[in-house]
Amino acid sequence: MSENNGVWVFSEKFDLFLEILSKARELADRLQAELAAVLIGSNIQEKASELIRYGADKVYLIDSPVFERFQAEAYLGVLHDLASNYRPEIMLIGSTKNGKPLAARLATRLDVGCVPDCARLDVDDKRRLIGERITYGGNATATVAFRTKPQIATIPPRAFEKPEPKDHKGQLIRFDVKAEEPKTEIVETRPLETSSVRIEEAEIIISCGRGLEKKEDKVLLDELATVLCGQVGCSRPLAEDRKWFSEWVGLSGHKVRPKLYIACGISGVIQHVAGIRDSKVIVAVNKDEQAPIFEIADYGIVGNLYEVLPALKEALKKQLQ
Amino acid sequence: MHLCPFLVRFASVFRFNTVLFESKLLICKNQRFIPLSWKRRFGVNSLKRIIVCLKQAVDVSQLKVDPSTRQLLTAIAPKKISDFDKNALEEAVRMKEKLGGTEICTVTVSAEDAKTVVREALAMGADRAYLINDAGFKEIDTSGTAYVLTEAIKKIGGYDLILCGETSLDSFSGLVAPRLAESLNIPQITSVSKVSVEGDTVIAERTLEDAVETMKAKMPALVSVTREINQPRIPSLMMIMKASKKEIVTWTGADLGIQKEKINAKIDVIEVLAPKTERKKIKITGENVTEIAEKLVKALIQEGIIGR
Repeated sequence: MSENNGVWVFSEKFDLFLEILSKARELADRLQAELAAVLIGSNIQEKASELIRYGADKVYLIDSPVFERFQAEAYLGVLHDLASNYRPEIMLIGSTKNGKPLAARLATRLDVGCVPDCARLDVDDKRRLIGERITYGGNATATVAFRTKPQIATIPPRAFEKPEPKDHKGQLIRFDVKAEEPKTEIVETRPLETSSVRIEEAEIIISCGRGLEKKEDKVLLDELATVLCGQVGCSRPLAEDRKWFSEWVGLSGHKVRPKLYIACGISGVIQHVAGIRDSKVIVAVNKDEQAPIFEIADYGIVGNLYEVLPALKEALKKQLQ
Repeated sequence: MHLCPFLVRFASVFRFNTVLFESKLLICKNQRFIPLSWKRRFGVNSLKRIIVCLKQAVDVSQLKVDPSTRQLLTAIAPKKISDFDKNALEEAVRMKEKLGGTEICTVTVSAEDAKTVVREALAMGADRAYLINDAGFKEIDTSGTAYVLTEAIKKIGGYDLILCGETSLDSFSGLVAPRLAESLNIPQITSVSKVSVEGDTVIAERTLEDAVETMKAKMPALVSVTREINQPRIPSLMMIMKASKKEIVTWTGADLGIQKEKINAKIDVIEVLAPKTERKKIKITGENVTEIAEKLVKALIQEGIIGR
C-alpha cells in the first residue's frame, strides 16, 4: 500500500478555511507535499478558484444543492470517502462548533487520532505533525504528536493569519458524491444577536468582570471603548450568571488576541486568562491588590474601576488630541 | 375531566381507578390527563433509561505548578466530576422529574478509583453508577475512552438518550461525545443549551458561532451539553444518605471484552508545561487617579499600542 501523502484542509467557514491554508501551505512546502483543499457546498465554483489563489495546489470540489448548508452526516461521508481513497498525510479542519465534532467523527471512522484546537503546528524531522494546544483549563500547553495517519487536527479561528492571494496555479477536481443519509434534522436556524464586529477581530478590548456592580455601569466601558475605537467584552460570570452580556471572553467563550486588553474588575481565574493570553499588552484594573490578574498583566492599577475608567477616558482624550 | 377514549376502554384492564387515586397526574400535550404512574407502569414514557457519561477530572482551579520546571502537579490535585458532565447529569435528573419513570445510569471510565466522585452523582439523583475501572486505562486517549464507553453502554443497553458534557474540564478536547455517538452509530446533537423530549424524538437547541440552531433526532440519540444549560443542584444531606444505598457496578476492561490494542493511545504527548509568563507586571501608582491614568496612557503610547 502506498504511503499517506498530502496536506488537506477543510472548513465550512470560508474565512477560517483561508487562515488554515496559510499554515498548511507552509507545512506542505516543508514536507514537499501537495496542498489540497476540500470544498463542499452549492454554487461555489468561484470560491474554488479563490482557494487556489490562496495557495491550494488542488481543490476537490463537491458542488451540489444537497450540500448547500452544513449537514454533519453528508459532509462527513464526503470527507471519509475522499480520505479513504486518497489517503492524505495531514488533515486540518476548522475548529468550529460543527467542525470539531466532524473531525472527531472522521477520526473515529478512520480509526485514527485527532488533536483539537491546535494554535501552533509544526512538522518534525520524521515528518510527524506536532501540535500545540491549551489544556488543563488554561494551566498548561500540551505538545503532541500523532501515531496514526492521516493526522487530523482542528484549528481554531485566528490562530493563523489569512494569507495574501497570489497568482498560484492549481487543479480543480470535481466530484459527484451522493449525500449520506442525515441522522438529524434542522428545525430552525436563527441568527445570533451578537455585536456587529466579532470580538476576535478587535484590536482593543475593554473587558469587565464581577467588579462591575450594575448592568447600566457598562456605559463606563462603552465610553472608553469609543475613545479607543475598541470593543467591550466581559468575563464569564457577567454573561452566564448575571446575563448582562450574551458572550464572554475566556477558554469556554471567545479566545482573543488584541493589541490591548484592559481587564476591569476581573479577578483573573485561569480560564479567563487562557482566553486572553495571546494579547500583546494587558492592563488590569482591580480593587484587590492580590487579584491574580496582576500576575499576567503588563500594567496594573490597584483601584476602583468607577474612578479609574473615567480618569483614563479623560487622560486619553487629552493625550490623543 | 376529558379522558381519551382508548384510556377509558383500557381502564379496567389496567386498574385505572386505583391509579387515579394515586393522584399523580400529568398533563398531556393534548390537555388530557394521563396518570403518571400509569405511564410508568405501561411504558408510555419515552425515556426509560438515560445514560450520563461522567469524567473524573482534575479540578483545574486547584492545580499547582512547579515554577522551576513548569510541570503541573496533577498527581496531588483534587479530582471532581467534570463541570460539563455535571450539567449533563443535572439535565437528566430534571428530565426524570418531569417525565417520571426514567432510570438514570452514569458511566465513568477511569484508570484510578473514582467511587467518591461517583457517589456525588448518585446523590444528585442518578439511580445507578457504572465504573469502568482498569489500571490499563492509564494512557488512554479520546479514541480509547470512546471505545470503552461504547462497549460499556452496549452492555448496559436499553437506553433512549445519552447525555454528555460538551467537553471536559481538564483536557478540554470535546472529542469523546462525537466519537462515542459515531461508534454507536446513533444521531448526535452537540453543544446543546436547551433540550426536550417529545415522544421518540429529542429536540435540542445548539449555539453556534453565528446562529442558534434547533435540531431534532429520533432516539436513541446522544446530546452533549454546555454549561449554560442549567445550574447543577447541590445535593442535600438527605440525598447524600440515600445515595449510599444505591448501587455502584464496577467492571474492568476484561469484563467488557476490551481489546488491548484498541485502547493504545493514538496520540503521543511530548510535553505538558505551564506557559511562560513574560508580562512586565508594572504597577502604576500615583498621587491620584488622574496622575495614574496619565502615566498609563503615556506608557501605552510608548509601546506603540495607541497613537496620537
